[in-house]
Amino acid sequence: MDVLYFAWVRERIGHPKDRIDTPPATVMDLVNDLRAREDRYAAAFADISALRVAVDQELADFDAPLSGVREVAFFPPMTGG
Amino acid sequence: MDIRVQTAPFDLGAEANAFAARQSGMGAVVTFSGIVRDLGGDLQAMEIEHYPGMTEAALSGIAEQAATRWQIGDALILHRHGRLTPDEMIMMVATSARHRQDAFQAAEFLMDYLKSRAPFWKKEVTVAGAAWVAARDADEDALSRW
Repeated sequence: MDVLYFAWVRERIGHPKDRIDTPPATVMDLVNDLRAREDRYAAAFADISALRVAVDQELADFDAPLSGVREVAFFPPMTGG
Repeated sequence: MDIRVQTAPFDLGAEANAFAARQSGMGAVVTFSGIVRDLGGDLQAMEIEHYPGMTEAALSGIAEQAATRWQIGDALILHRHGRLTPDEMIMMVATSARHRQDAFQAAEFLMDYLKSRAPFWKKEVTVAGAAWVAARDADEDALSRW
């Protein structure tokens, strides 16, 4: 499964993408795994109320399951237009 | 429906004319365009990042929703990404309908939704440095009226 980062989440982590071989059960489990990796991940995921998540390119909740999912993305609230 | 995400500039007049020319039996065409603003007087550039793949899908979904809620003939959403300078056009939407009310409302709906639901992020670059534009609560609240 690919994990993508955009905007300041990408900048804080330092790269745009990670590859996870064995996905955890839910998005929140993935967040906790990433937080435990390094300080820069912990900083990026310190306040998940400031983040949005997309599962297979659709907006999702943090309790969304990851079974069979190909791509998860984390980013700040969107500012298009 | 015409959904385009591109780095290249676009010609608002040419796009509006081409869109209008494609319509048949439509009495109203509404267009909106968004322009890079330099509110503080020190903006050098606006950098727009997006999520390739999801962006196009999200914009198509928003346009399809508009088509189920209003009697529109067609919709165009064109949004740029990359590095833009003040007074450049960022994006445009166009809608057509038999009657103006549907065209206006659908265009407003497209704008409200794409601001908060399409994966674009703006970063302002000034002499003092660069900063990501924070989402405004008002933009999120605007969705509740639909």
